[in-house]
Amino acid sequence: MGETLLSIQGLSKAFGDCRVLDAVDIDVASGEFLTLLGPSGCGKTTLLRLIAGLEAPSAGSITLADEDLVRIPAERRPVNTVFQSYALFPHLTVFDNVAFGPHLHGVRGDELRQAVAEALATVGLAEFANRKPAQLSGGQQQRVAIARAVVNKPRVLLLDEPLSALDYKLRKRMQVELKQLQRRLGITFIFVTHDQEEALSMSDRVAVMNEGRIEQLDTPRRIYEEPASVFVARFVGETNLLPATVKGRDEGGLLLEVEGIELKVRPPRFDPDDKVHVMLRPEDLDVWSREELERHPELKARAIAARVEEVIYKGSTVDLLVRLSGGDRVAASAFFDEEDPTLDYKRDEEVFVTWPKDWEVLLPWDSGGAGAG
Amino acid sequence: MSGAARIGGLRNITLTLIWVWLLLFVLAPTLMVVVASLLERGESQFVIAEFTIDNFLRLFDPLYFQVFWNSIYLALVTTLICLLLGYPFAWMISRASPRLRPLLLVLVIIPFWTSSLVRTYAMVIILKANGLLNASLLWLGVTDKPLMLLFTEFAVIVGLVYSLLPFMILPLYAAMEKLDLRLLEAARDLGAGRVALFTRVVFPLTLPGVIAGCMLVFLPALGMFYIPDLLGGAKILLLGNLIKDQFLAARDWPFGSAISVLLLIFMALFMLLLVWARRRRADSGEMGL
Repeated sequence: MGETLLSIQGLSKAFGDCRVLDAVDIDVASGEFLTLLGPSGCGKTTLLRLIAGLEAPSAGSITLADEDLVRIPAERRPVNTVFQSYALFPHLTVFDNVAFGPHLHGVRGDELRQAVAEALATVGLAEFANRKPAQLSGGQQQRVAIARAVVNKPRVLLLDEPLSALDYKLRKRMQVELKQLQRRLGITFIFVTHDQEEALSMSDRVAVMNEGRIEQLDTPRRIYEEPASVFVARFVGETNLLPATVKGRDEGGLLLEVEGIELKVRPPRFDPDDKVHVMLRPEDLDVWSREELERHPELKARAIAARVEEVIYKGSTVDLLVRLSGGDRVAASAFFDEEDPTLDYKRDEEVFVTWPKDWEVLLPWDSGGAGAG
Repeated sequence: MSGAARIGGLRNITLTLIWVWLLLFVLAPTLMVVVASLLERGESQFVIAEFTIDNFLRLFDPLYFQVFWNSIYLALVTTLICLLLGYPFAWMISRASPRLRPLLLVLVIIPFWTSSLVRTYAMVIILKANGLLNASLLWLGVTDKPLMLLFTEFAVIVGLVYSLLPFMILPLYAAMEKLDLRLLEAARDLGAGRVALFTRVVFPLTLPGVIAGCMLVFLPALGMFYIPDLLGGAKILLLGNLIKDQFLAARDWPFGSAISVLLLIFMALFMLLLVWARRRRADSGEMGL
């Protein structure tokens, strides 16, 4: 990724006694697609509004290409926003909505007409210039909002849950279009969403936020595969969390007790007697019948006895809810493949759960995080 | 009888009542005035059933042009002042905390609890030579002899603005309360400073309230007769006074009716103009860039 364009240091925001944002640090690279992901109330929208200048920070700094943004009022920041509600001006036509920004910056005549036409063509709405926003569908209004922002050629484009009001299919299509648009324009995008799938599929990096802090800032792949905390693991994707205790430590690893079996694991960052969570994605788990297990004796030591509670047919996969002998319930996804073309499980059937060696992720104990995700 | 039928029946009764009311108290009197304006004046009765257009021809007199012009001028000035005072006032109410808002609205409406005539007399007491305002000015040393305030154009405008201001504030408030504040944020985000914010977003979006308020002030201001009577003395003759005088003093009902019809036509043209202007605005595309 390119050099740092936007640098946020120790940024905090409090409304009265309520601390919405707590000492957030982020560096955003030029041309990057960064997503702020988190549940509602985690501070992601506040962070976006601070960058836009619609709120003033309580502490911390925001610099854009070595320029202090905090001292510049919203109307003069080289930053534009696509609002969740679109906030299109109802009294203006699509053309005038898009022309609003450039006209304020002194662009006139043919130059203005051309800039607006280009922006509208970019979002595929060239023929709609003379409509009023009320005459457009939700998806079209969304595109006008994007055109109205990008026509100003902002250094950073802020998008506040722009797809949340669209139906599933349109949302999927707009995700792809937005990503292509970002690549074509080369503008840095900061995208806010509470939809983890959206975050993973669109972003170069994802900042997972919780209670005003950034829990993890990483590539989508590392966020999913190596979450830094129980919160991230549970928020991103489906997760099984098993309580475990560190029994001891030997050369190159830890000895762990989980669900009645002993496990040797790599990362030596915990101490004996620590309680930890073992995180496993449903697709990491293998479910065996007793006969199958007999054919794989090497798995016996690591297999956890369990009972099938629910079988959910999903088309490309079969999802199982399985009660482990220790009482915890886990979700497992099994794919149809040549090894197991039928995936024939029955409720109450006795099974055994294993996972490939070293695929587990150890997370610090979090009292709020027990049980299956 | 089913519930839907009962509701339908109720609706018919309500609609019938409204129609009867409009026919009896709006259409019938208006028609009577129109008819009277085309009849001759009688000695013993108010009108004689003989057709004439003399009443209208009499209006083409420079004297009445002057009255007509005075009325429009005063109504326009009143409307403008009400708009300039009412706009910030309504804005303040609409931006006040939700707990304070009902109280502020009640304060706007409270004057309606007493008769407008009584309140106009109160204005006389304030404005007269030894009245409250002059006494205060003398006491403060702003002036050393009482100002001649009452029976001036100034007094008439003060009285009209005072009486009609709530009619400007309420529709403005209604329009401002509906204003989506997120649009203001969007405008700032796109580079609008304070002036552009007002001229490009706030004012255009509250324009329906401005038009409604101006109509509710301008039209009554044309016809109010007791305020110019009481506060302007006999010096300022307006259409409202002229009509009243024809009916009550001169006992010339046909001529009074003719002036009323003229006023009615003028108001109707004014409203048609507004409707036409709004329709044109709605149809027009670019903001003339």
